[in-house]
Amino acid sequence: MSDRILGAFGLALAIFYAWAALQIQESFLSDEVGPKTFPLIIATILGLSSIAIFIKPDPDPTWPPMARIVEILAAVVVMFLYAMFLRQVGFVIATAVASAYLSWRLGSSPLMSLPIGVAISVGIYVVFHLIFGLSLARGPLGF
Amino acid sequence: MDIFSSLADGFAIAFSWQNLLLAVLGCFLGTIMGALPGLGPSNGVAILIPLAFSLGLGPTPSLILLTSVYYGAMYGGRISSILLNIPGDEPAMMTCLDGYPMARKGFAGEALSLSGIASFVGSFLATWGLILLAPQLVKFALLFGPAEYFALFALAFATLGGVASTNQAKSAFAAMLGLGLACIGVDTQTGVPRMTFGEVHLYDGLDFLVAIVGLFALSEVFIFLEHRHGEADADEKKMKIGSLMPSWATLKSCIPTMLRASGLGFLAGVLPGAGASLGSFISYSLEKKLVDRKGTFGTGDPRGVAAPEAGNNAAAGGALVPMLALGVPGSGTTAVLLAVLLSLNITPGPLLFTNNADVVWGLIAALFIANFVLLAMNIPMVGLFTRVLMVPPRILMPFVAMVSFVGIYGISGSVFDLYLMIGFGVAGWILRKLDVPLVPIILGTLLGNTMENNLRRAVTISNGDWLTLIDSPLSIGLWLVAIVGFLMPIVFGKVVKARMKGARDKTEEGALVD
Repeated sequence: MSDRILGAFGLALAIFYAWAALQIQESFLSDEVGPKTFPLIIATILGLSSIAIFIKPDPDPTWPPMARIVEILAAVVVMFLYAMFLRQVGFVIATAVASAYLSWRLGSSPLMSLPIGVAISVGIYVVFHLIFGLSLARGPLGF
Repeated sequence: MDIFSSLADGFAIAFSWQNLLLAVLGCFLGTIMGALPGLGPSNGVAILIPLAFSLGLGPTPSLILLTSVYYGAMYGGRISSILLNIPGDEPAMMTCLDGYPMARKGFAGEALSLSGIASFVGSFLATWGLILLAPQLVKFALLFGPAEYFALFALAFATLGGVASTNQAKSAFAAMLGLGLACIGVDTQTGVPRMTFGEVHLYDGLDFLVAIVGLFALSEVFIFLEHRHGEADADEKKMKIGSLMPSWATLKSCIPTMLRASGLGFLAGVLPGAGASLGSFISYSLEKKLVDRKGTFGTGDPRGVAAPEAGNNAAAGGALVPMLALGVPGSGTTAVLLAVLLSLNITPGPLLFTNNADVVWGLIAALFIANFVLLAMNIPMVGLFTRVLMVPPRILMPFVAMVSFVGIYGISGSVFDLYLMIGFGVAGWILRKLDVPLVPIILGTLLGNTMENNLRRAVTISNGDWLTLIDSPLSIGLWLVAIVGFLMPIVFGKVVKARMKGARDKTEEGALVD
């Protein structure tokens, strides 16, 4: 079943890609092939392979139970929030919070995850920023 | 000899304090990454690429750092195979077969140092192979025109799934996803934006580093979240390391094995679509057929440890040949190394050897240095590396995730790229669940523009005649190999895969191909 969904999705993607390729504006100064052809070839092969996946699906993978999927989604949300607030709160605080969260979800006790998060964040800050001089997001507190 | 004077120049470049230090650092980090289950050579190099750039290293130093990581990861994979029976990366899979039984008999130290020596022999010989073979391939590659290059790229994609691929439709699907992503951005020949949907951030295309780090490193974090209390917390404290040096008799009995395995592994590495996993698999099975008269393979035979390790390290060196000489990588990790070169504004291929000879020979010299460093590091310091294995994933994985963010943010300083990377991470997780290979996606995003340019150049030169693509015997040959290479796994793939899996009954879901 999963592969059928993948195939159907791939086919839809191929059609969308082909449509998007047709929307490309041709310049008056074009070479023989033009900017549309290669994307159209890609869309064709993508469509064909999607149909093949749809017709001959592999056995289903073992999908994790709902709780695990929610777990992954939550981690994705945390990562998005991390990226969003990185500049507002600065690298060290954002990273400490995000890595504490991930460490907690990967099995650290809630009490232990805080020092782990801080250690990871400060460790990266010291090594990459202070020693190697990499520019990291600077928050209102200067770090 | 010409080669030796070039090599001497290379050593002159590589022997600076900074470069030696980078080689040592790279070897150390690489061994750790290889040893940790879940972080293979591709991931290891992928995470470190952004750092090498943000540190502002020049082309040669960054190459030295990253190839040391690559070789180090190949060495390191064996440590967890032997001690935990969990391959640190896929090429080290075969090492479990005899390594773990050896360790259980109390010869862990011997198995580790023997496999270290085998790795050294394999990669040392393969580096010589690289020196001798690559310039020949370059001479041949100079005959290539745009049409032949286009065929060569098609060949690379067709065979990338490898003989062990079970579903070619998924390989093709993945390759097209990658090529499709590469088209995003302003068209290089006409200057019109394509597939950008008015999003300004997309005008200069997707940065393939974002895709690589997202697909490889971040998806690994999601895999760990999925199996939270995974097997990686195995208890290996009870394992006794034992004596570190193998007896001379054991070593001597393994020498022919190592030599044969190195040869085979090198060949497997050079040929498109084989890669290091297959290199170690072939070496192991051949040795088993040749020397296993008493049926001791699989129960802790030292030769069974030496063969796959020499094989996979030789394949790692062999895989560099097509990558450097033709610009077409033969395996996943070399695809990542190709990304390194491209980001350094170095285009691999025949011209690399004439235009950037210093880079090539500096790199080759660095490979030799990395080899010796790794040998020196791996035998006495193996105890230290085994301790690293005890870092639990609940600390390691957040660290990996954060280093990925730091790396990507460090290159562009763009939050948009971070969003994209998270998106790639999720996509990578789903695709790995569905058994869609990730390497063709990476290769597609890397090579897409060059491939398209060659196609357009070829057709433009012939005034719009598409038959020019199959005009010369060389390109016809390449297309034939591509078609056969694509169709063969459909026939034989199941058999080979079943044998590799049968050899190791544990099914690793969604593991990265070397």
